[in-house]
Amino acid sequence: MSSVQIRDVRKSFGNFEVLHGVSIPIEDGQFVVLVGPSGCGKSTLLRMLAGLENITSGTISIGDRVVNNVQPKERDIAMVFQNYALYPHMTVGENMGFSMKLRGESTEEINKRVKRAAEILALSPLLERYPRQLSGGQRQRVAMGRAIVRDPQVFLFDEPLSNLDAKLRVAMRTEIKELHQRLKTTTVYVTHDQIEAMTMADKIVVMHDGIVEQMGTPLELYDKPENQFVAGFIGSPSMNFLKGHVRVNGVATFEGPNGVKLPLRNAPAASDGRPVVYGVRPEHFTIADDGADAEIVVVEPTGSETQVFAKLGGEQVVAVFRERHQFNPGDKIKLKPDPSVVHLFDEATGKRV
Amino acid sequence: MAVMAESAVAQVKRSSLWTRAFESRHFLGAMFMVPAIAILILFLAYPLALGFWLGMTDTKIGGAGRFIGFQNFVSLSKDSVFWLSVFNTIFYTVAASAVKFAIGLYLALLLNERLPFKSMVRAIVLLPFVVPTVLSAIAFWWIYDSQFSIISWVLIKAGLITRYIDFLGDPWNARWSVVAANIWRGVPFVAITLLAGLQTISPSLYEAANLDGATNLQRFRHITLPMLSPIIAVVMTFSVLMTFTDFQLIYTITRGGPINSTHLMATLSFQRAITGGNLGEGAAISNAMIPFLVAAILLSFFGLQRSRWQQGGRD
Repeated sequence: MSSVQIRDVRKSFGNFEVLHGVSIPIEDGQFVVLVGPSGCGKSTLLRMLAGLENITSGTISIGDRVVNNVQPKERDIAMVFQNYALYPHMTVGENMGFSMKLRGESTEEINKRVKRAAEILALSPLLERYPRQLSGGQRQRVAMGRAIVRDPQVFLFDEPLSNLDAKLRVAMRTEIKELHQRLKTTTVYVTHDQIEAMTMADKIVVMHDGIVEQMGTPLELYDKPENQFVAGFIGSPSMNFLKGHVRVNGVATFEGPNGVKLPLRNAPAASDGRPVVYGVRPEHFTIADDGADAEIVVVEPTGSETQVFAKLGGEQVVAVFRERHQFNPGDKIKLKPDPSVVHLFDEATGKRV
Repeated sequence: MAVMAESAVAQVKRSSLWTRAFESRHFLGAMFMVPAIAILILFLAYPLALGFWLGMTDTKIGGAGRFIGFQNFVSLSKDSVFWLSVFNTIFYTVAASAVKFAIGLYLALLLNERLPFKSMVRAIVLLPFVVPTVLSAIAFWWIYDSQFSIISWVLIKAGLITRYIDFLGDPWNARWSVVAANIWRGVPFVAITLLAGLQTISPSLYEAANLDGATNLQRFRHITLPMLSPIIAVVMTFSVLMTFTDFQLIYTITRGGPINSTHLMATLSFQRAITGGNLGEGAAISNAMIPFLVAAILLSFFGLQRSRWQQGGRD
């Protein structure tokens, strides 16, 4: 186990820079999730950490050692690939023991370690099978088994669950988290799925267009997004944004599109007339008599909650209710955001106000 | 009136039979296979059967032969030229195929790497395959010429030898010379096919092996070779079959000489049958190739049987 330091790392392909100076400190034993839309550079960063891509500038260290010029095999890391990259011509056992075999360890020692890893992952009955004979979830576990057998300093996961169906993905999510709690190996996990990030991470790093937008614990990101991108990316359904101005007439309010008035807890400094973006999460709407007028467009019940799409000041917003209201499209309702959890962003920079 | 009605009924019946036939899976399936079967019979089965039959007769050009059983084969078994051609064919096939495989695999691995001017190099590699065989054979004929050989000329100018090499005049020189020409001609096929095979191997397997600590040699030994083995089996079967039945190169460069030392079974068969006019004997020589070819096919058939890791599904 080891800490990992990523300091001002840049990556260019030719003249095209994809990572613009990324710094991420990772503590020993931490589970860090790199999350962002596709093309944000998260996978490239992971591959640089693995040694599969060169580092254009900046440093990456594992433990106390700068690994910029260290060969992948000498970095003492294990990686789980998106397509698992299992060797098709080797059995599950051979796949898991391959790295030890290359290192010239005794058959006895290999068998012992493979057996132990197989027990952890419930793969023992499958050791003689070939990858083609396994289901997606089993292959995924073999790929993890191959990593565990090596007992590395750092585990790297590159979108490991994206090839699984929805149900299995949820199950494997828990399994990976449980595994981390058991082995306590430093883990860097790349995904584009913010739910995976929220549920698994000790620390989430939100990336966008080659920069880090925000780092923090899942709840920090949810409660205090530093900018509009993070606010919109974390949380499902995503946060509603309304453009408008701050008005201060004794009490601070937000004046949105078509004169819609929404409550604010307190006004930001020097703010009367300041153009802002008003962000409210769907779960922070309530139905109240002093709420703003809205007209229901679509109602989507999921059982545990109901998602309501409505027109608020001409803009479509989504609200989520755990109570079962009797809503129909076309109904007029009064929506009120909870002012204590409303977010304001600067309209020009997108930064939190 | 009654007669007309009856014939109308019959017509309806007939057309419905015809329609029903076309609705039947089996009939329709058979109809779709007719063109393929016709082509196979006309161009494959018939010539093969004719060859078998001719081998059992004493047919000469211009005259119908009669059935003489296995007499052609009996006389061939006492014919030292025939046995020499069998030896030559096996030597030619084994030597050329082995070298073609080695060079082909090497080129394929090289072309699979990031190279400058990669597509141009690939096109150049394909060149020997594109040139008509007879044309390249004529070029080799000149290269091996006893007086105008460019190889000899260069070596003499370089001061490495003092006399022109007699490429096609000495039996072993001639054998190696035609083997070299065949290799030159056959390498592109092996190289390009193996390259196609290499490109089907997922790069992430190499990355995984890299992280697992494999050296270049270990990656080749544990990933490339096993993953490529099914394609190697196919390519080498084709290569062996094509080399074993080669005719054009030999016939153009040496015509089987000197003193039959480069005669392959195919060229000997042609010489006896067409040049010599003994169609029956020539056919018998051709037929004698069949056991060798069947053996090669069987070998590859069992070699090609998908190994356990390639089979899909559960056990």
